[in-house]
Amino acid sequence: MSTPKTIYDKIWESHIVDTNDDGTTILYIDRHLVHEVTSPQAFEGLRLSGRKVRRPEFTLATADHNVPTADRDKGIADPDSKLQVETLEMNAKENNITYLPMTDKRQGIVHIVGPEQGFTQPGMTIVCGDSHTSTHGAFGALAWGIGTSEVEHTLATQTLVQTKAKNMCIKITGKVIEGVTAKDIVLAIIRKIGTAGGTGYVIEYTGEAIRNLSMEGRMTVCNMSIEAGARAGLISPDEKTCEYLRGRPLAPKGEVFEDAVNYWKSLATDEGAHYDSVVEVKADEIIPQITWGTSPEDVVSIDGFVPDPEIEKNADKKKSIERALDYMGLEPNMPVNEIKIDKVFIGSCTNGRIEDLRAVSQIAKGRKVEKGVHAMIVPGSGLVKEQAEKEGLDKIFIEAGFDWRDPGCSMCLAMNADKLQPQERCASTSNRNFEGRQGRGGRTHLMSPQMAAAAAIRGKLTDFRDL
Amino acid sequence: MEKFNKLSGHAIPLRITNVDTDMIIPKQFLKTIKRTGLGEFLFYELRYDQDGNKISSFALNQEQYKDASILIAGKNFGCGSSREHAPWSIADYGIKCIIAPSYADIFYNNCFKNGILPIILDEATVSRLQDTSDSILNFNIDLEKQNITFLENNEKKEISFEIDPAKKKCLLEGLDDIGLTLNKVASIGHFEEDQENEIPWLYGNKLK
Ligand code: SF4
Repeated sequence: MSTPKTIYDKIWESHIVDTNDDGTTILYIDRHLVHEVTSPQAFEGLRLSGRKVRRPEFTLATADHNVPTADRDKGIADPDSKLQVETLEMNAKENNITYLPMTDKRQGIVHIVGPEQGFTQPGMTIVCGDSHTSTHGAFGALAWGIGTSEVEHTLATQTLVQTKAKNMCIKITGKVIEGVTAKDIVLAIIRKIGTAGGTGYVIEYTGEAIRNLSMEGRMTVCNMSIEAGARAGLISPDEKTCEYLRGRPLAPKGEVFEDAVNYWKSLATDEGAHYDSVVEVKADEIIPQITWGTSPEDVVSIDGFVPDPEIEKNADKKKSIERALDYMGLEPNMPVNEIKIDKVFIGSCTNGRIEDLRAVSQIAKGRKVEKGVHAMIVPGSGLVKEQAEKEGLDKIFIEAGFDWRDPGCSMCLAMNADKLQPQERCASTSNRNFEGRQGRGGRTHLMSPQMAAAAAIRGKLTDFRDL
Repeated sequence: MEKFNKLSGHAIPLRITNVDTDMIIPKQFLKTIKRTGLGEFLFYELRYDQDGNKISSFALNQEQYKDASILIAGKNFGCGSSREHAPWSIADYGIKCIIAPSYADIFYNNCFKNGILPIILDEATVSRLQDTSDSILNFNIDLEKQNITFLENNEKKEISFEIDPAKKKCLLEGLDDIGLTLNKVASIGHFEEDQENEIPWLYGNKLK
């Protein structure tokens, strides 16, 4: 029998085109997602060198970072944003690449659009000039973020020059307690291994609690692999994966679908495969998690306290806690469920899918957003928006006082008009709480959609199970 | 691509860990469709206050670091987004070499595409270099020999560093990656033929 392999080993080996003299590998790239921010310089590079896009049909483009989430019919007000989006549209057209414009209901955040359209499939190599490309790993695809030079390399050659990473297994054993979501699982992981814990690795998530997650939940977990330092995170495909894909516009059809299912299932990690590192987390020890600081590893349970730098022995750590507390405007040792908030952001490629919105509607139903709090809900794509409206969720949101918007990245990175003012504090379902991420001086607390909804209702961070 | 061989210059200490790409180049400057001109916005929110005035306590604003070409940073430097605007702004500012205990993967990789040498040294050495960077006018960095030399109290000091040979070659020769890969275009074609036979549903399907 051949040596047992991880899913990462299998995908890697099946995509080797050639090996360079220096030991690097030319790896074939099956699918390439393109957005407006990281692509213009790549297309310009192609133009200057007289090169062509090798496989336009393997490439899908949409604008998400810069698009407005209200008054779409008026177009984009900011001239720089407008130019960037128009440049993408022009580049796509010129190179025969499918482009979903703002007016198309399939438009949305690239990492939500790919799975929705069945563009993302198990066993594929998928790249995008965006670090949260790891999201697509939920399908058992090897998906990672690249810089603009590599975007150009992919466009021109449909390959990338790579060195193989190491295998890490993160096993979430047992079942989670009720009310604990995929977001809490991934925050608990980052809390445990730190933001550099996964550097140099591809993470595979395994264990009962991961198997029990829906595809949406798995995407939430894989999405934040990058916050754990890993370029890619993935989950071996199973029945749920195949069912999610059945009938999607780009998924194989009819008999071919059954062939595909057999192939997809063969990709799962073999029994006894070797991992360079194994981390175990007990699912039933996780309760709703939030971040208190300015790094995604600054995680505490909702019944916990803001840390005290005085008891930190490591000088570097002490300094960074002090810096974070100062930026966040928090006092050491205060209970985190006393932290008052001004804004709420529900959306992003981490938590902007239909399941997330359904969870929010459960909390919002029959309740009201606290006076003085502005709470926005930004669906991840036009299709998510359409589905939510079909189910009547929009009415629940509006009735409760939430601001129901159009799809895009929005206040996840505040590149469009949606941003925090200095010192404003936000309960956010996104993935980064860096200084200035949601607007200069803005203070971000990361959490699950349920927790963000509860924060909107109470005006402070709250365990939603106590509502 | 830009070459890197030797460099001699002053170094700026940046004593912050987990410096993320939002800190290196905030999003409002990502709306450009060019690669150049980002240097003036490097570390923008650490360098300027809300009214656009220089924050004098920040190293980049201090006279003695005015012409520095080396940055000595904390661990996990460059974490966060994949934006190549981060190394573009660093290179455009005039920094060609970074010294840190560790880097985030994507950023590390992006440096080599832009003629920037990211050196990895242990934490104690990095912190010693940060402390001495005020008094040492010239750090000499030699990629070929893989060492950093400088004069300290009139004594010549040498620190060597490790680097992946493929990455070293790429910087020394300033190779055009895409051109090199395109030399193997026949292999790419063969790969596609084989893959289409084995996994035919990957081919010929496009969104309408
Ligand atoms: S939603 Fe946020 S993290 Fe996701 S792609 Fe958009 S900006 Fe990046």
